[in-house]
Amino acid sequence: MDVLFQHISKKFGSVKALTDVSFTAHSGSIHGLIGENGAGKSTLMKILTGYQSRTSGTILIDSHEVTLDNPRHASKYGIGMLYQEPMDFISLTVLDNFSLGSPKQSQQELRFALESLTIRFGFHLDPNRLVESLTVGERQQIELLRLIHCKTRVLILDEPTTGISPAQKEVLFPALKQLAADGMTILLVSHKLEEVATLCDEVTVLRHGRITHHATAPFHFPDLLTAMFGSIPERKDKEAVRKKGSPVLLMQNIEAAGERHGLQNCDISIAEGEVIGLAGLDGAGQSTFLRLAAGLTLPEHGTIQLFGKKLPRSTKAGKLAHKLKTFFIPADRLEEALFANVSLSDHFSLREKQSPFWHSQKRARSQAKKAISTFSIKAQPDDHAEDLSGGNQQRLLLALLDSLSRLVLLENPTRGLDIRSGHRVWQYLKNELSPKTTIIFSSPELDELLHYSDRVLVFHDGEIVLDSAVTDTSHDSVAAAMTGLDEALQ
Amino acid sequence: MKKLCLDIVLGSLLVSGFTALVLLIAGAPVLAAFQNIWLGAFASTSKFSQVLSVWVPLTLCSCGLLYTFRANLWNIGIEGQVIMGAIGAMTALRIPGIESPVLILTLAFLASMIGGGAWGLLIGILKTRGGVHEIFGGLGLNFVAQAFILWLIFGPWKRPGIASMSGTELLAHKLWLTTPPGWRVATIGLLIAAAALILTWLLLEKSMLGLKLKAIGKNPKAALLYDISPESYYLTSIIIAGSCAGLAGCLQVTAVYHRLIPSISSGYGYVALLLVMLAGYRVILIPFLALFFAGLNVGAIQLPIVLQLDSALSGVIQGCCVLSALFILGIRQKRRQS
Repeated sequence: MDVLFQHISKKFGSVKALTDVSFTAHSGSIHGLIGENGAGKSTLMKILTGYQSRTSGTILIDSHEVTLDNPRHASKYGIGMLYQEPMDFISLTVLDNFSLGSPKQSQQELRFALESLTIRFGFHLDPNRLVESLTVGERQQIELLRLIHCKTRVLILDEPTTGISPAQKEVLFPALKQLAADGMTILLVSHKLEEVATLCDEVTVLRHGRITHHATAPFHFPDLLTAMFGSIPERKDKEAVRKKGSPVLLMQNIEAAGERHGLQNCDISIAEGEVIGLAGLDGAGQSTFLRLAAGLTLPEHGTIQLFGKKLPRSTKAGKLAHKLKTFFIPADRLEEALFANVSLSDHFSLREKQSPFWHSQKRARSQAKKAISTFSIKAQPDDHAEDLSGGNQQRLLLALLDSLSRLVLLENPTRGLDIRSGHRVWQYLKNELSPKTTIIFSSPELDELLHYSDRVLVFHDGEIVLDSAVTDTSHDSVAAAMTGLDEALQ
Repeated sequence: MKKLCLDIVLGSLLVSGFTALVLLIAGAPVLAAFQNIWLGAFASTSKFSQVLSVWVPLTLCSCGLLYTFRANLWNIGIEGQVIMGAIGAMTALRIPGIESPVLILTLAFLASMIGGGAWGLLIGILKTRGGVHEIFGGLGLNFVAQAFILWLIFGPWKRPGIASMSGTELLAHKLWLTTPPGWRVATIGLLIAAAALILTWLLLEKSMLGLKLKAIGKNPKAALLYDISPESYYLTSIIIAGSCAGLAGCLQVTAVYHRLIPSISSGYGYVALLLVMLAGYRVILIPFLALFFAGLNVGAIQLPIVLQLDSALSGVIQGCCVLSALFILGIRQKRRQS
């Protein structure tokens, strides 16, 4: 089923999100749609899935003009989307989630369908497990199988590898290629060039809502980068390893619940000024580790010391961590770190340590204005946090970060950001924070981990299996440790 | 602005249309019913002052609810908080040996705030410590408060000789709050309500308390990262709400009934819940909508006498107002999202 976009434009008020976008996604091929954050990729896909109306232009599916006023319309034409955040029901089982929205069939038929699809794509899904105990990658697999089962013929993938492990990527990619070979039209929204290069047959680049480039495989990276950013972002250079100081975070015999495997036998000491990268498959324990250090999760056994002070085993732990100048930025910004319909300047008021009785809007607004220009956040002080794009939300969080923090915990800090925005995040962290500040961050990107950290901790099934200075290890041995291979331990 | 006017017109049409339909089904004269409500509320000073005496507790309860709604708490327990406020006031008024009316009334006001506030705090503790949702905690405690007031009226505080539904013995005249000559609303009640409105506006819109309540209401999880403890602000907001409701209860005792009666709260807590929703959780609209609701309540009193209609009609109209307002807002929001 070919999908033709003809002169699509979309305006939000006076803002032009898309201007005269025309291209064709061919049946049986994977078509990449790339661009910086805010380039208009998501808007275009929302139009195709019927969640948003277009201001002008036409969409043809198999040479027929279609209206696509609402999501039901879109699914009638066989258009299905795999979202960046799984849209599922976490308190139901895998089979229940698979069955929802599927054509009417008996429980047995559905189970059989699910099982045969899992085998066909090499996934490992237990139909009876509750979705809440699964990783994002596994939840995505269910969603993908459900879409296939519902006879989806145009599949849209929105940043499908965000939040999933490299191993799950290895399973996902062949599955997608197989689907394309079977005649499906696949649209891949991404800003990871390597992925686009391995997967896509054709690529369309969007920049500021317009098409700036179109290419077929094999791709020439410099051209794509120029089309995405206007100019090529400078190459990052490996920085000198920071000097180590006294211990900042000490974990002894820690056992904690959380994620899939929790965290076991965790004994670790982290010194002042270190930059620690937490590697591991999705859900291997990194998030639990960060939350323990922030005092937001309490351990079942063992003790945690922050700056020589033992964290209490109560809700006061978070308060103490805060007092000791620990700052945590979770990966899910709107869910855990920002207030959706609260203005930017109010976020600055809320951050104040000694909050006065009266709320000085003037002061907060001037702080917000300053942060907007320093961090080049695309917003006004009165805009609500939910109206910001992912990259701008991350910049806002960095602006809210106390530059006097002594321990900064970052969960996947460049999640959903393009190369340039991600680079800017790190530039800020390295330049603005004191060299004595300890940074602990997790990331699914090995390159990011090896590039920015002094020391990596590799998590596997809830245990730290490798603890090494970056200079003493390699890309391959970290990758091997992540998947639990023995040679990495030697 | 144009949209707001359109909404109001549309809402009024929906409300009057639906009410007319109810009246038609009941076989009653539609226009006469509306006319009677209007006359019953605003035809004379005495009637209007009666409307104001309903306006006062409605305004106080609404102000209190603004705090809890801001923290995203559903303070259904407001009814019980009014009752406990009235009981608190009565407890103070019954203290023997205090001669000065001013002193004893001051004590009554304080005791009512403590009574209502503590009843609210109880809901808050059930929520923050025990994980009991505030709707269930509030509902449960409303029943307890209702049973408690009945027990007091029929037990320890019963009228000498006979215990009856008509309540406890009348208070001594010197403990009645004074009213302007010819009016039936206590001056001090009006002043308290007006002060509550101003204070609430200041606290919610201009203070850090208001902003923090809002933040917690929107995202308690994120609040932790800003070192704001959701639990303590839940408790703060519900204590304030309970104190406001307690004051309303105190005024019901000292200014309206001059005794404790089983239905001392007159359901104003529930009405205030509707009122605040209709006001879109904004302080500015509260006094006007409270006046409208009070007018309906008072105006409908004479319906049974004049038209042989049940006075519950005012409840029907109030309910319709809120539902149509929520309906219009809901449609608007859905449109905006698509």
